[in-house]
Amino acid sequence: MIAAIEPSWYLILAAMLFSVGAVGLLIRRNPLVMFMCIELMLNAANLTFVALAIKLGDINGQTAVFFVMVVAAAEVVVGLSIIVSILRRKPGATADDLAELKG
Amino acid sequence: MDTTFLEYLVFFAAAAMVLGGAIGVITLKNPVHAALGLVLTLFGIAVQFVAQEAHFLAAVQIIVYAGAIVVLFLFVIMLLGVDNAMDLSIEPIKVQRPLAAIMGLGLVALLTAAIVKADSATVLPDALGDGLDIATVTGDSDSNIKQLAENLYGDHIFAFELTSVLLIVAVAGTVVLTRKWPRNQEIADADAKSSNTSGTSK
Repeated sequence: MIAAIEPSWYLILAAMLFSVGAVGLLIRRNPLVMFMCIELMLNAANLTFVALAIKLGDINGQTAVFFVMVVAAAEVVVGLSIIVSILRRKPGATADDLAELKG
Repeated sequence: MDTTFLEYLVFFAAAAMVLGGAIGVITLKNPVHAALGLVLTLFGIAVQFVAQEAHFLAAVQIIVYAGAIVVLFLFVIMLLGVDNAMDLSIEPIKVQRPLAAIMGLGLVALLTAAIVKADSATVLPDALGDGLDIATVTGDSDSNIKQLAENLYGDHIFAFELTSVLLIVAVAGTVVLTRKWPRNQEIADADAKSSNTSGTSK
């Protein structure tokens, strides 16, 4: 008989997913792909919330995930509209080209 | 067939989906392929939610993330016409990628160490919640949704109302950011016309 799956396994999976997202945010230069990496990190945080909700027997963890999803949706909408207005002005711009606010 | 074995199968298959999709997002050249990798990751996370008895969140994950957010990403990619492969060999800062990889591995190591250490610690009774209604235990297949609804519309009703304000602000901000303002357009047209006429009169 093998042991049942522990909540800490989900936490380790979430840690790995968060790290992949963070590395992607550092190495990619396309603003759209960088945004997808932020989504990966948000999902890792959600997975952590749900795993701890099970571990501690607390429904508030799942409610927090619900709010994270709402904020993520709002953040994606605003972020993508900023990217659209930047790329309209400078087609094919990467994150390195966006230095207009530099003094 | 042992149910524990099935749980293992689900966990590792979904974990492979999550990590494979995530690595696809950060390595694929074409942004459309990266968005499809993101879909794979989001479905894997939804499977993990079901495995952890968070049925409502799994449904919301599919509807909101895979159904709305990724479609929005793909829409923007197509709108801007950036669905061509990018050259990933360009590296503006020479040592950035090795450093980023080292940082990622270090982050995994640190977080895993913290999780393993916290796992062996005893949980204080204050930290424990009132318990989760799990469908197989209560015998009611809707128990997760009912408990979540009572929590959301009871304890967190004020925060829930505030999210409507947040969404309105996001919609208004998006309209302001992406709209082509007609007045500025007219001014720009007038400028172009006057410069044209002055050019021809000379």
